[in-house]
Amino acid sequence: MDMTITQENVKNDLIEIIKSYLSEEIVVSEISEDNHLINDLKINSAHIVDIVLDIEDKFGILIDDDAIGEMNTVQDSIDMVLKKAA
Amino acid sequence: MKNKRIVITGVGVVASNGIGKDAFMQALKQGKSGIKRWDEFEKLNIKCQIGGVPDLDSIELNEYLPRIFADKLTNKGIIYGCLAGLEAWKDAGLKPNREQVDYSSGIIMGAGDLTSDSWLSREFPTYLIDRGESRKLGSRTISECMNSGAVAYLNNLLGLGNRVQANSSACITGSEAVLMGYEYLQTGRVEKMLCGSTEGDGRYIWGGFDAMRVLCNDSNDNPAYGSRPMSSTSSGFVPSGGSGALVLETLESARNRGAKIYAEILGGHTNSGGQRGVGTMTANDPEAVVRCIKSAMESAEIKPEEIDLISGHLTSTKGDPIEVENWVKALEREGDDFPMINAPKSMIGHSIAGAGSIELIACALQIKNNFIHPSLNTDKIHPNISSKIFGGCIPQRCHEQKINTVVKANFGFGDLNCVIVLKKFT
Repeated sequence: MDMTITQENVKNDLIEIIKSYLSEEIVVSEISEDNHLINDLKINSAHIVDIVLDIEDKFGILIDDDAIGEMNTVQDSIDMVLKKAA
Repeated sequence: MKNKRIVITGVGVVASNGIGKDAFMQALKQGKSGIKRWDEFEKLNIKCQIGGVPDLDSIELNEYLPRIFADKLTNKGIIYGCLAGLEAWKDAGLKPNREQVDYSSGIIMGAGDLTSDSWLSREFPTYLIDRGESRKLGSRTISECMNSGAVAYLNNLLGLGNRVQANSSACITGSEAVLMGYEYLQTGRVEKMLCGSTEGDGRYIWGGFDAMRVLCNDSNDNPAYGSRPMSSTSSGFVPSGGSGALVLETLESARNRGAKIYAEILGGHTNSGGQRGVGTMTANDPEAVVRCIKSAMESAEIKPEEIDLISGHLTSTKGDPIEVENWVKALEREGDDFPMINAPKSMIGHSIAGAGSIELIACALQIKNNFIHPSLNTDKIHPNISSKIFGGCIPQRCHEQKINTVVKANFGFGDLNCVIVLKKFT
């Protein structure tokens, strides 16, 4: 099993997580790194908390409340995982 | 007050013996029991190890609910409520609103206790709090625990803008929701009300009833025989989960859009014995029950002899003979003059807050499709019942026959009664 935490691996896992929170009109294959979770992907802001919990479980990391505010785009979230899991 | 005719134009159901109105009607006609044995209860020292659990594995949730609901909702009562509500709405020929809000329609979807429900793929929420890990509860714990959770999630799908409420009145919750919708429609301030109720299932709800020694304790090896309303050997009710939802609509609105009509609601009544006299938290005062039945008939402007079928509350407890006695008193009909009487709980168990709405759908289906479903496990009628009514009033098998007037009753904890009269629409 490839345990390497790379940009691409994290992105794929992240999309797998956020997929469930997307409304039907968002096309998963078109999600890009610069998409804003709330403004572009139309994720209900209340669900950001759930996505953070799912990310914590997936990567075995802890993202404190202050750090959640930094996760605005898909790339921000990937960066957060890469930083915490390093 | 009664100046409008109100009809049922859509139904949706999630029951232990069938999900969806077609499967449910088939099950009713066949006398199919939804009661199974659940081994986890044995390990937990719960005496009643049987119950009715709607088989969510038999459907693809993704085909019915949007992705976020299918993937992330964990509360079974809410899932059942959303499935039933959505089915009823579509069955009535209506579409969920995508952008618009429909201010001419509302919802009343009651629930028993969503907090005590079982949670799919997730720990019981309070465990996390007690371990000091409340931050892990996520964003949905409150919305899935609140008693208006089912109606709130359902309306996220439908976009209705009139009254959107959740009632909670123990075992009359479902029939009360329908009565509330019926009465509100009479005011002329709304065209359609989606009314129903939901109850999840599992150890947290059923364990409490088991502790009261009110559940069936002698049929763990013969689950389908556990729920036997009106029997001389009834040993307690068999718990179950499920949801029913009905679209109620003014006749004017139904006619204007050419909707199909299952039945007309002629009237109904709800009251309480006040927990005085014989009435207690758990036992209904017979005087109040009789009064409720009579008031419902008065509201419906029908005479007792017009009643073709009673769909009893009949739970498979020692309350059943008392209930039949109350019917005899209220209707002043006995022996072979008594109407047909059946017990939907003989198949689906007691769906607690979900019961009333599921059972009203059973009534609407029987009226619309000209049949009387069997009452299972009535091979040994309780002597206090057989001494009052003719045995042939209790259908052992499905009777294909036209029925015009059906009375549905539910009785609940808190000494609560609710009776509704349905009639074939002509």
